[in-house]
Amino acid sequence: MQTILVVGNGMVGYKFCEKFVARAESRNFKLVVFGEEPRAAYDRVHLSAYFENRDAKALELAPLDWYSENGIELVVSESVTDIHHTKKTITTASEKEFSYDYLVLATGSAPFVPPIQGIEKEGVFVYRTIEDLENMLAYAEKIKKIKPNGRAAILGGGLLGLEAGKAVMDMGLEPHVVEFAPKLMPRQLDARSSNVMQLTLESMGIHIHASKATNKILGNGAITGLDFGEDDTLVVDMLVISAGIRPRDELGKTCNLEMGVRGGIVVNDKMQTSDPDIYAIGEVALYNQMIYGLVAPGYEMAEVAVNQILKKEDVIMRPEIDMSTKLKLIGVDVASFGIPYMPADKGLSIIYENKTKGIYKRINVSHDGKTLLGGIMVGDAEDYSILHQMYLNDMPLPDNAEELIVGSRGEGGSAFGSAMDLPDTAMVCSCEAVTKGGVCGSVLVDGNETIKAVAMATKATTGCGGCKPMVNDLIKESLKTLGKTVKERICEHFDFSRQELFDIVKLKDVQNFDDLLDDFGTGHGCEVCKPAVAAVFASIYNETANRQDTIQDTNDRYLANIQRNGTYSVVPRVAAGEITPKQLMAMGRIAQKYDLYTKITGGQRIDMFGAKLHELPLIWEELIKEGFETGQAYGKSLRTVKSCVGSTWCRYGMDESVSFAVEIEHRYKGIRSPHKFKGGVSGCIRECAEARGKDFGFIAVEGGWNVYVGGNGGANPKHAVLLAEKVDKAAALTYVDRFIMFYIKTAQPLQRTAPWLEKLEGGITYLQNVVINDSLGIAAELDAEMQALVDSYKCEWQEAIETPEIRERYTHFVNSEETDSNIEFVELRAQKMPKEWA
Amino acid sequence: MIATLNTYETVQPENVKTWFKAAATSKFPKNGGACIKYKDKQIAVFNFAREATWYACQNLCPHKMEMVLSRGMIGEENMEAKVACPLHKNTFSLKTGENLNGSLEGIATYPVKIEGDFVYVGFVD
Repeated sequence: MQTILVVGNGMVGYKFCEKFVARAESRNFKLVVFGEEPRAAYDRVHLSAYFENRDAKALELAPLDWYSENGIELVVSESVTDIHHTKKTITTASEKEFSYDYLVLATGSAPFVPPIQGIEKEGVFVYRTIEDLENMLAYAEKIKKIKPNGRAAILGGGLLGLEAGKAVMDMGLEPHVVEFAPKLMPRQLDARSSNVMQLTLESMGIHIHASKATNKILGNGAITGLDFGEDDTLVVDMLVISAGIRPRDELGKTCNLEMGVRGGIVVNDKMQTSDPDIYAIGEVALYNQMIYGLVAPGYEMAEVAVNQILKKEDVIMRPEIDMSTKLKLIGVDVASFGIPYMPADKGLSIIYENKTKGIYKRINVSHDGKTLLGGIMVGDAEDYSILHQMYLNDMPLPDNAEELIVGSRGEGGSAFGSAMDLPDTAMVCSCEAVTKGGVCGSVLVDGNETIKAVAMATKATTGCGGCKPMVNDLIKESLKTLGKTVKERICEHFDFSRQELFDIVKLKDVQNFDDLLDDFGTGHGCEVCKPAVAAVFASIYNETANRQDTIQDTNDRYLANIQRNGTYSVVPRVAAGEITPKQLMAMGRIAQKYDLYTKITGGQRIDMFGAKLHELPLIWEELIKEGFETGQAYGKSLRTVKSCVGSTWCRYGMDESVSFAVEIEHRYKGIRSPHKFKGGVSGCIRECAEARGKDFGFIAVEGGWNVYVGGNGGANPKHAVLLAEKVDKAAALTYVDRFIMFYIKTAQPLQRTAPWLEKLEGGITYLQNVVINDSLGIAAELDAEMQALVDSYKCEWQEAIETPEIRERYTHFVNSEETDSNIEFVELRAQKMPKEWA
Repeated sequence: MIATLNTYETVQPENVKTWFKAAATSKFPKNGGACIKYKDKQIAVFNFAREATWYACQNLCPHKMEMVLSRGMIGEENMEAKVACPLHKNTFSLKTGENLNGSLEGIATYPVKIEGDFVYVGFVD
C-alpha cells in the first residue's frame, strides 16, 4: 500500500480527496490530509454567507464523518513545517514525522498584507477564514457599543474586497472601499463598467474611494483612520485588508522546489513540481507563470493530479485556463469572460450602457466580425452562460452581433437561438466539469426531470452555481424534445401562471372559482389551484375567506390554524405587540375558560392552542366582545408588524417605532397575498425589532426612515435590502404600498418576497425604479389598488359569528352534537399538549 | 390507533346491508365535505357538485391518525376524484381510497346515495 499525504484542507485539497476516493484504484492507497485550520474544509467562496447564518456547518464541504467513512485520515489544527524529499518524509509543527510515496501540496494562499505603516494596529483584519470573520464580528460589536455610526474601510476594490464590503455592511458598519487603482475590480472590469458598478454600489450605501494610496494607518493602539497623504484622510474604526493573495509556498522552499520569481511553486501540465513525487494544486501552484485565484482551475488541477498519481498519464492540464467568471456581488450580477477589455488593434467592441438601470454590457469581436473574443457584463448577466459558451466553442457570431447584448428587434427576443445549439462537448459546469451532453443525457437517458435531480446525478451547479440558468434551460429544452411541456403553470387545471390568472380575474371581472375553471381551466380543480385562486380573489376584491370557503386551505376555511391533533389555535391581533393590562387579563380569562395552552409568538402576540372546531365561534364571540379582532395568523396575509419600544421610552430611540408599527399593521391587516408577509419597525439602528428579517422593515435614522424589503427568517434566512434611504413617513409608506401590491400581482403561489425579489429581473434596482421612479407607469394604479384593499377591510371573525350559515360550519359532526373523541391531551408544564401520535 | 384504523374497511355498493340516513344534503357544502358519525365510526362525506357525485370515506388520515379528512379540499387528478388531507396535503382517491402522492396505506371508501333531500351512506354492519 502506498501513502499519499495531502497538505492543506481547503476547497482544492478537499476536491482532490473527493475525486480520489471516487476511483476504484484508490483502495491501494492510504490518504492522510493535514489542515492547519481547526475545522474540515469549507466553502470559502461563499464565506460572506456566514454573516447571514453564522453557521459554520452550512459552509462545510463534507462533515467530519465523511473523511473516516472514506478511509481518509484527517489531521486538523496541524501545520506541516518541512519536507525532506530525499527520505520522502514531512514533519509537522508538533514535530511528528510522516513518510509518503506521493505528496500533494494544496496549501492555497494567504491574504497579501502590504507593508503600510501602522498595519499592526488593533482593528486591522484580513478576510480569509471563518476565524477572521469571527474576529471581525467581535470587533464590530465592540465598536457598535461605543458609537452608533461606526465605519469600516476595506483596502482593495477587487472581488473579495467588495464581498468584504458587503460583510461589514451586514455587521452594521458603514463600509468604505479604498482602491489603489482608478477603478473597481481592475482585473475583470474596464473603466466604464467599473463606473456603473460604483454607482450601483454607492446607491446601496457602500462608499467607494478610488485612486487612493494608503500611506499610513492612524491611531494610537487601535485604528482611527487612514492617511492618503497630502492631508487627505478617512476616519474609520476598522480596516479589512483585501489587497490580493500570495501563495503559501513556504514548504517549497524547505526542499528547494523550483519557485516563481514572485512566489508560487512551479508545476508542469501534470501538476508535478520539480520533484516528480511532489504535486502542487490550487492557489499555491504556478502554472504557465500564473497563479489562478479561482476555484474552477483549482478543481481541474485536482482532477489532473488524481489521474497522474493513478497513472492515467494522458489526463493533463489544458495549456490555457479559462478565467471567465460570473457572480452575484452584493446582489449585482457581474461577469467577464475571455479577454474582457483590450486595445483597439486587437479587436472591436460593442458596448451598451444604461446608467439609469445600472447595466453595462460589452462584447469584443475580432476585426473580421466573426469571432467573439470576450466581454463584460454588469447589472444583467443573464446571457453570460451562452456568450461564454460561444466564446469557448468558437461559435460563429450572428450578422448583427449587437443583438447579442441589446436583444433582437424581431419577434421572439433572443439572438442566440437555444442553449441546445451548443456542441455536446461544451463545458457547461466548469467547477464540476459537466458538459452539455452530460446534462442532456441525464434528462434524456436517465430520466431526471428537475434541476435538483440533475444536480444530484451529475453534480452540475453544485460548485459556484453560476451555470444554473443554463442547466435549467438545457433541462427544459431536453424535456421539450421528449414532448413534455414545462410552461410555468400553477397545476394541471390551469395553463397559466399565477400572474396570468391574476390579470384574467381582474380584467374579465371573474367572481368565483367555478366560473374561472369553466371559462379558463379544465377539470375540477385541486388543492394547489384552489387556494392559489382564492388568494387572487382576496387580493383583487378583498373578499374574506368566508365567501368561497371550500376553495380555501383548511386554516383559511376555519379562520384558525390547524394543529397536529386536528384542534386549532387562536391568535387575536395585537398590533405592534402593544397590549393593555385589561386586554391581557381578558385573554387570560378566555384561555383559562376554554382550557387553552398559551404561548407568546415570535410576532409579539399571544397564541392560544387546543381549541376544538365547535369552540372557535364561542371563543371568538368573547374575544370580539373584549375588543379584539382576528389576527389572520392562519392566512397567507399580513401577520404582524414587530416593533421595538422606540423613542417614546427608549433613550436611544430616534423615532416612534411603536406608533408607526401600529399604524402600518392596521393599514395592511387582512390583505391576502401569495404567501404570508411580515413587517418590522425599529426606532434606531440597533434594530431590536429585527426589521431587516422581515418582508418589509423600517428603521429610524437621523433625518427619516430607511426602508428595507425582501427579508425573512425561516428555512432560508435573508436580510431585507435597502429600498429607500432617509425618507419621511409618507414616502416610506407609499413605497411599501407599491412594493406589496407589485409583489401580490406578480409573485408565484407560495413565493415569499425574498425569493420573488431574487427572481425579479434587475433585482432591487429594478424594484426601486418601479416603486420610486415609476418606470412602468403603474404607480398610480398600485396606489389605488392598495387603498381599495385598506378601505375595504373587515374582521372576518366578526362576519363569521354574526352569520348563522357560517357559524354552522363549526361543528365536528353534521349529524350529532358529540365532539371528536379521538382528541386526547396530556399535561405539560402546568398546561396541556396533544397526546403523541401513535 | 391501529385498532381504530382497522375498523374502517371499504364497502362495495353491492355489499351494502344498511343504508344509514346521515343528514340533509344542505348540511354538506358544495364541492366540500363534512363529517358524520355512524356508531363509533367517523365518516367524511363529500358533495362533489362539479361532478354531480357524492363520495364518502373514513375521516381518519392514515398518515398521522387524525380525524380530519372531511375538512380537506377536494379536487381531481387525471379525472380521478381526490381529497387532500388538511394537515400535510396527502391526497387520496375518493374512488379507490388509494394514496395518490405517496405510498401511505389507502383509506376506506363507502357508497353514498341521495334520496329526497337526504344523504345515505352504505355500511355492512
